Amino acid sequence: MTRKPYVRPMQGWWRRDPFFVRYMVREVTALGVLAYAIVLAVGLVRLAQGEAAWNGWLQTLRSPASLVLHAVLLVSMFVHAKSWFEIMPKTMPMILPSGQHIAPATITRSGWAATVAASIVLFALAWWWRR
Amino acid sequence: MKRSNAPIFWLLFGAGGMLSALLGTMLVFITGLAVPLGWPLPADLMSYPRMLAFAQHWLGKGFLFVVVMLFAWHGVHRIFHSLHDIGLPTNAAAKVACYGTALLLTVIAAIALLSIGF
Repeated sequence: MTRKPYVRPMQGWWRRDPFFVRYMVREVTALGVLAYAIVLAVGLVRLAQGEAAWNGWLQTLRSPASLVLHAVLLVSMFVHAKSWFEIMPKTMPMILPSGQHIAPATITRSGWAATVAASIVLFALAWWWRR
Repeated sequence: MKRSNAPIFWLLFGAGGMLSALLGTMLVFITGLAVPLGWPLPADLMSYPRMLAFAQHWLGKGFLFVVVMLFAWHGVHRIFHSLHDIGLPTNAAAKVACYGTALLLTVIAAIALLSIGF
């Protein structure tokens, strides 16, 4: 008979350090990205099923539960976008042809600027399409 | 030597991460809050004839497919790599469950968009 091996408990390891907490908050936003993909995929299926099904999906989007979910998803997406570019200098360090490294802060700020620009363009397209 | 399939997953993860970082926040705001509330965008922005036309256009169809597919692959890749952090096993079953979810969503989106027609 073998004895049960000792397994070091991992419970709550990430609460020990603010750095780990930030890491976990960042990783949790992956659930938000997946959840939104599921919401959209369901929407596509309902759209393919016809007008009644689509209107039912729109009705669900107007429910308080859905509005709360999307408010959470909005915060999650924002944190994801913010942290995605914060770690980008590490995941994608950039070197100019001259051999000079691009400063981490420059990469991060460029990413944020790109997100702001893309958001404005996307909203403007929706606004222009509304008529 | 057997080639690793990791670069494919990593590429989908990276592309999805970039796309969701650039567009995710505003997309959630438009489809999940602005249009359902009817402010600041009108509630009929996503009415059936309009969304049908959007999904039938090759550009709209491509956009919807890419968003659903890349968001899904990005999400599951990070969830899979976070499993160990919360003490869950990262075995083959976990891998199939994670990437299988993304594959399923990709296939569902493709079938729905194809049956909507052109």
